[in-house]
Amino acid sequence: MSVHDVPLLEMKHISKDFFGNQVLNDINFSLKRGEILGLVGENGAGKSTLMKILFGMDEIHQTGGYGGDVLIEGTKVSFASPSDALARGIGMVHQEFSLLPDFTATENIMLNREPLTYTWLSEVFGPRMNVLNRKEMDAIAKAAIGRLNVKLDHQMLVSEMPVGHKQFTEIARELSKEASETSEGIKLLVLDEPTAVLSEQEADSLLSSIKRLSEAGIAIIFITHRLQEIIDVCDTIMVMRDGMIIKTVPAQGVAVTDIAHWMVGRQVDTSKREVRTFDYGSSPVILSLQNLWVNMPGETVRDVTLDVHKGEILGIGGMAGQGKLGIPNGAMGLFPAGGTVTFEGQQIMLNNPRNFLDAGMAFVSEDRRGVGLLLDESLEWNVAFTAMQVQEKFLKKYLGGLIQWRDQQQIEEETASYVKQLEIRCVSTKQKAKELSGGNQQKVCLAKAFAVNPKLLFVSEPTRGIDVGAKALVLKALRTYNEESGTTIVMISSELEELRSICDRIAIISDGKVFGTLPATAPSAEFGLLMVGQASTQDWGGAV
Amino acid sequence: MNVGRPIELGKGFVRSFGLPRIIIALFLLSLFILAPIAGVNVGTSFSDTLNRFGMNAIMVLAMVPMIHSGCGLNFGLPLGIIAGLLGATISLQVNIPGPASFFLAILFCTPFALILGWGYGQLLNRVKGGEMMIATYVGFSSVAFMCIMWLLLPFNNPTMVWGYSGSGLRTTISVEGYYLHALNNFLSIRLTRHLVIPTGMLLFFAFFAFIIWAFLHTKTGTAMTAVGSNPVFARASGINVDRIRTLSVVMSTWLGAVGILVYQQSFGFIQLYMGPFYMALPAVSAILIGGASVNKASILNVVIGTFLFQGIVTMTPSVMNSMIHTDMSEVIRIVVSNGMILYALTRKTEAVR
Repeated sequence: MSVHDVPLLEMKHISKDFFGNQVLNDINFSLKRGEILGLVGENGAGKSTLMKILFGMDEIHQTGGYGGDVLIEGTKVSFASPSDALARGIGMVHQEFSLLPDFTATENIMLNREPLTYTWLSEVFGPRMNVLNRKEMDAIAKAAIGRLNVKLDHQMLVSEMPVGHKQFTEIARELSKEASETSEGIKLLVLDEPTAVLSEQEADSLLSSIKRLSEAGIAIIFITHRLQEIIDVCDTIMVMRDGMIIKTVPAQGVAVTDIAHWMVGRQVDTSKREVRTFDYGSSPVILSLQNLWVNMPGETVRDVTLDVHKGEILGIGGMAGQGKLGIPNGAMGLFPAGGTVTFEGQQIMLNNPRNFLDAGMAFVSEDRRGVGLLLDESLEWNVAFTAMQVQEKFLKKYLGGLIQWRDQQQIEEETASYVKQLEIRCVSTKQKAKELSGGNQQKVCLAKAFAVNPKLLFVSEPTRGIDVGAKALVLKALRTYNEESGTTIVMISSELEELRSICDRIAIISDGKVFGTLPATAPSAEFGLLMVGQASTQDWGGAV
Repeated sequence: MNVGRPIELGKGFVRSFGLPRIIIALFLLSLFILAPIAGVNVGTSFSDTLNRFGMNAIMVLAMVPMIHSGCGLNFGLPLGIIAGLLGATISLQVNIPGPASFFLAILFCTPFALILGWGYGQLLNRVKGGEMMIATYVGFSSVAFMCIMWLLLPFNNPTMVWGYSGSGLRTTISVEGYYLHALNNFLSIRLTRHLVIPTGMLLFFAFFAFIIWAFLHTKTGTAMTAVGSNPVFARASGINVDRIRTLSVVMSTWLGAVGILVYQQSFGFIQLYMGPFYMALPAVSAILIGGASVNKASILNVVIGTFLFQGIVTMTPSVMNSMIHTDMSEVIRIVVSNGMILYALTRKTEAVR
């Protein structure tokens, strides 16, 4: 039997429990050389745990190891640490960047594996005085970048790179790990949501480089929430749900809806949308932004003028880094901003979140963990806090308002009702926010905003990093909230289809300015043109 | 399964109470058991432990507001103590004898605590992230500055000033005739010849503990906890983060001032000059041993921590001393108390919630 008949990676009867809580159950699969395996599943389905087992992460060993066997090229292995896995030619690109910001791409790619040059100082002081061989480093880095076939300046500092280039740098680093005496060349690359932070073109070029890598014989495990990508690029699709493999199928001929259905175990239609016609004539302007500029790093807003009508859902789209995220952050006062913001005829003083909140607006931040949640506190606190501080809800007053006592019972009841309404999966309302999965955390953020009963709600990237099932729920909750309580919603998202599914009209931001506004019913090609900076030739009647 | 259940329950208890606390509590218990064997009176020992608990508890409580607002452990406690010392000396200068002088001292220390605490809070707002290091030096430098002031301030009550020059305050001033045991003797219960419960002092602590507990349940208190938990979240909820932090520092400073007055009325002396220098560390250690972390603390942490810390510091020297029959008590006391501080600081990041 030749080497090529043996699967590169085989996982047999893998099971894992955390303190009696079964998270993986009898996982079996194999992976051939050059095969691209798409791994999909809802948050918490066990994808990351499976990858952690493959890499021998400490977390697995500390919680009692795992059951079953991992075979690489037919031999059983059990890695004690990720560096052992690296030595066997398994590389991983993480969701979060592990790059040194003040180093160049080359330096990051070659970090700790730099080719060295022997100098006379090494003669005296030993090999610690060897110097870096910059020329060779550049050559290796260039070659690795070349394999990706992307334009990436190897001398650029990581801190100055757009987010997509950072992702490419990470992948190039894994690719540059050629065979040496301590490790075998890269054979298997695990990509954990590499496209989550990329714009569509960047994602496309990443996908094509993935294909090229597989042609070169490198097997790839590709984890993503963007299902279309899986179908486009993968050979095999493996769907996980509740710690089990639900389906392993060849990617050819599979539809997005099928995958979504397997993932959540129920029918999810991501493309369905109810078209509604919003009557702009009879609804007044509730919020007006005039010449807004916001100094938000990476998302600079230069000059935005935009009117929001009462009761509508306005989408704000555009490429990453063009400034769409800066608009709500600046209006709220979280980043230095200028210009005029008028809400219900009253001018809102910028740069103080209190003014924004007092006016009756709320903001669900794209930075859930940093801005959106009190990770170390209970769900109750997360839901009730803003309403308590801004509107004096959930308080019992004694001594003529001198003592404002936290009304625990009311907080519990209200939180419980949101947990039910938004289907937040948690053990109890006392559970800490950090223990929830991404999708459920997002629902808590929404509950927090709903609790203040805002007249206008800014929602920034509400579906970033959450799975299909939760995504549909979040979008539905927003639409329902808009319809039932008449709340105006401004939703900012990088996913155009998502905006088109619930918004009435969509403004596209390019280079810190509103480049165009179209009704959501306009064909997506029109939006595509706007995003790449070309004005539409046809009048769709969206700009009101 | 049936055999495993009690073990599981036991594990749950260890996890929730914390292994270090269980070990320290068992050690303290063993000291109480050893005491009669070594010839130390258990009644006296227990009485001493309770006394020291009451003396120190409010200063440990002074850690709580700053921990909640995310300013970290209040290493600048000497600043609060200085406010307390100013209150104490002014009260003696006014020269009203008896327990009334204690409440006068609290009254006089308050403006100093508010002003110093406010300034200290402003400083800490400018050094976010490095509060504890800066706080330590605020404490140290304020002590040094006051060493000059104690000599220069125009006090002239004969019980306080140096006898030979008639000016400048002494290093230790007796509060006898003023507020010595003002709280200790209030409703105190004498159980045996050696065992006295200082009810008044414990009640006084309980009162303050209740106030802080209640405060943390109010709107402002909730905001304080949120600021400590995630300042960006708090800001996005319309909270003025700097103002809440300043408030917490003022509260901590004032509690430190009241704490030292309680300490003095039981101890019997006002200790000036270098007296406040090392007062922060035992309080910091006590709350850490009680299970608090750098940004989470509860009243229960204060009570458990103070009792364990002071219990060990009181009991170890006396028991050890009696067992080895030489007078090593001071050496052992220093070794034990600094050892406890060292131990507590190494556990600083480990949060038990």
